[in-house]
Amino acid sequence: MTEPGDSGATAVADLGRAEVEAVLQGRSRRTVAVSLIREAALLPVLVVLIVVGKFASSAFLTVSNFSGIGEQISALGVTVVGESLILLIGGMDLSLEGIYGLAPMVAAWLVVPVAEFGSGTRLSPYLAILVLLAVGAAVGTLNGLLIIKGRLNGFIVTLAMTIVLAGLQLGIVKGNTLFNLPAAFTYLGSASFGAVPVSFVVTAIIFVGVGVFLRYHRTGRAIYAIGGNLAAARAAGIKVNRIRIGVYITGGILAAIGGLMEAGRVSAVTGQQGYQEGIIFSVFAAAVIGGVSLKGGRGNMVGAATGVILLGVVQNILDLANAPNYWIEAVDGGVILVALILARVIGGEATAE
Amino acid sequence: MSERIAPAASAATPAAEAAGIHKQFGSTQALRGVDLTLDPGRCLGLVGRNGAGKSTLVSILSGIYPADSGEVRFDGRPAPPLGNVSAWRGQIATVFQHSMVVPGLTVAENVFLGRQPRRAGLVDWRRMREQTSQVMAEWGFRIDVTQPCANLTVEQRQIVEIARALAGGTRCLLLDEPTAALERSAIERLFARVRQLTASGVAILYISHHLEEVFEICQDVAVIRDGELVLTGPASGLSKDDLVTAMVGPDAAATRADLTRAATRADLTRATAAPAADADTDAPLLVIEHVSAQSPGGRVRDTSLQVLPGERVGVTGLLSAGVSTLARIVAGAAPHESGRVLLDGKQLPPGRRDLALRAGVGYLPEDRQADGFVPLLGVAENATMTITDWLARLAGFLRPRARAAAAAPLAAALSIMSAGPDQPVGELSGGNQQKVTAARALARKPRLIVAITPTRGVDVASKSLLLAELARVTAETGAALLLATDELDDLAICDRVIVLVRGERFAEFTEPPFDREALIAATEGITRDGTAGDGTRGDPGSPQPAGPQPASRTDSQPNSDGQEPR
Repeated sequence: MTEPGDSGATAVADLGRAEVEAVLQGRSRRTVAVSLIREAALLPVLVVLIVVGKFASSAFLTVSNFSGIGEQISALGVTVVGESLILLIGGMDLSLEGIYGLAPMVAAWLVVPVAEFGSGTRLSPYLAILVLLAVGAAVGTLNGLLIIKGRLNGFIVTLAMTIVLAGLQLGIVKGNTLFNLPAAFTYLGSASFGAVPVSFVVTAIIFVGVGVFLRYHRTGRAIYAIGGNLAAARAAGIKVNRIRIGVYITGGILAAIGGLMEAGRVSAVTGQQGYQEGIIFSVFAAAVIGGVSLKGGRGNMVGAATGVILLGVVQNILDLANAPNYWIEAVDGGVILVALILARVIGGEATAE
Repeated sequence: MSERIAPAASAATPAAEAAGIHKQFGSTQALRGVDLTLDPGRCLGLVGRNGAGKSTLVSILSGIYPADSGEVRFDGRPAPPLGNVSAWRGQIATVFQHSMVVPGLTVAENVFLGRQPRRAGLVDWRRMREQTSQVMAEWGFRIDVTQPCANLTVEQRQIVEIARALAGGTRCLLLDEPTAALERSAIERLFARVRQLTASGVAILYISHHLEEVFEICQDVAVIRDGELVLTGPASGLSKDDLVTAMVGPDAAATRADLTRAATRADLTRATAAPAADADTDAPLLVIEHVSAQSPGGRVRDTSLQVLPGERVGVTGLLSAGVSTLARIVAGAAPHESGRVLLDGKQLPPGRRDLALRAGVGYLPEDRQADGFVPLLGVAENATMTITDWLARLAGFLRPRARAAAAAPLAAALSIMSAGPDQPVGELSGGNQQKVTAARALARKPRLIVAITPTRGVDVASKSLLLAELARVTAETGAALLLATDELDDLAICDRVIVLVRGERFAEFTEPPFDREALIAATEGITRDGTAGDGTRGDPGSPQPAGPQPASRTDSQPNSDGQEPR
C-alpha cells in the first residue's frame, strides 16, 4: 500500500500542506485550550465540594478517607468506562448493572462450598475470574447480536436483560449471600499498595488505556465516527456492525470487572449487588455529568473520570456528615441534577471530544 | 358542510392570484416577478426543471414562506397573514407528493386533523364521522371513514388528503406531482376526480414532470424557468416541443462552458500523460451483469453495463428510474437480488461497502448529510476515514499529525475552505462539506469512483471545481468514473451517457457533447421525434443523434407510469 500524498505531490499540494499544517498548529492549540476549559469546568465544583467536605467532617481531608473514596469509586468507574463506550457508538446498555451483579455471583457460586450456598464445584478462584469475564462477554455478545443483528430496540432489550440477569443472580443461590471468598477472588477489590487501593490503580489504568485507544487507535476513531453518523461511517467502509458488537462485549467485560471489585470490597456477593442497588443510574449520571452524550459520538474518558470522582466525593461527604438515611437519596438525586445543569451550562458542544 | 362544498358562484374573479412575486434565498433569486392566476373551474399545469422555482412558488401560494415582494390574493381579497394557518387552509390546500396523512389515525380524524368538531369541549366523534362520510359521498369517494389510514393504499391516502382540503372549504387545490407514487389505473381515476373537481368550479394548480399528463387534464399551461414564467397559455395551442424548448431555454450557463473546458483539459492530460490507461481498454474495469434490485429509491431491472479503465460514464434518468440505486449497488452501499457486479473480473459481494472500498471503489454518496460525513469530527479525520489502515502504525494506532498530513493534499486539490483540519465538518458550508465527502472518496486512490449527484445543493464555484477534480483524477490516475446524476450539466465531463427508464437501459449517448433536449426526451422515455421508444435492454447500441449543445439538467420524478404518450 502506498502512503497517500506521496505520489503527485505537486508544488500546489505542498503549499497547501504547509498552509494546512500552519493552521493546524494554531487550531490544535486552540482546540486543546478549549477542551481543557471544558474538562476543567467541573474542577471548581470539585473544589467547592472539598471545602464543603472539610467543614462537614474533620475526617474528610485525610489520606485514609481518600483511599476509601478511591476504593468506592473504582467499581463504578470501570462500569462507567464500559457504558461510555456503548454510549459513544450511539447505543445504550441498562444490563451492565445486571452483569455487575450476576458475573461475580456465578464466579463465587462456583468457588464456594455447598454448605455456604455454593455449587459445590469448588472451582479455583483464578478459573472463576475467567468465568466471570466470560459471563460479561457472553451477555455483551447476546445484547450486541439482539440489538445490531436482530434490530431490536437497545433500551428494551437491555432492560429485559438486566431483569433476567438479576433473577438468575438471586435464583442460583436462592437469595442467599456468599461469604468466605478466597483471597485471590477479593484481591482486586480489597488489597492496596500502601494507601493506594489496587482497584483504584487498575481503574486508572483502564481509564487511561481506553482514553488513549479512543484518541489514537483507528478503531477508537471509528467508534466516534459510528456514534457521530452511522450511515456515513458505513459509507466510508468502516465495519460498523463488527465494531458495535465488539463494544457491547467490551462493556459487558468491564461491568463484570466492576462487579468483581465491588465483591472484593465488601468481601461478599449479595443478591442486591447491581440491579437491586440500582447502580445503573449512578453509571449514567457519571457518564453524562462527564460530558458523554446520550446521543452518541461525543465524550471522552477525562470527562467520564471527572463525573465518577464527583459522584464519589458527594457520596462520601453525605456518609461522613451522617446525613439521615432517609434523605440520602433525595440529596444524591439533587446533586446529580445540579451537576448535570452545571455541565450543560459550562461545557460547550463544539466537537466530539 | 354542504354549502361549503357547493360550486363557487363567481367565475369572474380568480380563485387565487399571485402578482409580481419575488423571492430570494441567500444569493439565489428563486422567483423573479411571477404572475400566476388560478381561475375557478380550470386546471393550470405548471412545468419546469428542478430548481426552476416550482416548489418555492407552491410554498408561497400555500403560505409557508412570505414573498419578498408581490401579492397573493384569494377571490380578489388579499391573502390572510402568514401565521394564520387555518385561514390559509380555508383558501388554498396543497396535496404534496409524499403523503401527509397520520397513519395511526382514522380516515375521519385525518380529514378533520387539527379542527375536529367539538361538543362540550370534547371531540364530537359522531359529527366528525358523518361530515367525513358526507364529503366522501359528495365526491364519489368510497372509503370506510372509521378505518386507520395505515390500512389505505397510496391512492386512498391521496383521496383522504383531497377530502381534507375540500372539507376545509377550500376552492383552490395545489397538486404537487400527484401521480408520482400511483399506478396507471389509479392515475386514470385521479384524472377523473380532477375533471370532476374542475367541473364543479374548483381551481387547480397541477404540477408535473409528465408533459403528456399536463396535456391530458390541464386547460392552461405555464412553464417556469430560472424563477420566471416564460410561457403561459391554453394547452390546446401548444405542443410538447414548445414546452420542452421553454423549459430548457437559451443556453448561456458559464458553468457549462467551464465544465466543457475542464473535460477537454482532462482529456488532453489523459492523452499525453496516461497512455497506460488507454492501453488495456479491451479489459473492462467494471462489469455489471443483469443486475436487478428493488429499492424505495427506484428499482433496477436486469441492467448490464461495462466501464473501461479511465472511462467516465454518466448514468441519468428520472429519480425513480433506478439511477442512484444502480450506483449504490456498484458501491456496495445497497444490496441486489440477482445479477453480478465484477471489478477487474472479481465479483463484489452485494451490499458490502467495506469490501468494495478495499477492492478499490471510491464512493460519493447521494445525500451528504446522511451518508457523507460525521459532523462532529474534523475535516482531516473525515477526509481520511477511508484510509485509517494506511495511516495506522503499530497495532492500529495513528497520529493526528499523520492524518492532517494525508488530508492536506486532498484539501488543497479540492480547495476545501476550513479553519483547519480539526474544524468539525458540521460547521462548514454545504459546498465544502461536499468537497470533504469527495476527498474521503478520493483518499484511497480508487480505481473506480462512484459519484451520485455530486453537485446537488452545491454552489456554482464548488460545482465546477468538484467536477473538474473528478475529471482530473480520472485522467491522471486512470480511474474510471460512474457518475449517476439527474443534473444533466454534470454529464459534460462524461465520455458516454446511459439513460435509464424504469430501471432499464433505455438509450445510450456515445458522442459528447450530448444534446440535452435529446437527453431530456430520453429520460422521459421518448425519442427525439416524440414517439415512444423501445427500451434497449441489454443492447448497448442505439446512440441518439448528438447535437451541438452540451446537456443541461432535467427534472426527476419517481413515477413508473405515464412516461409514454397516451
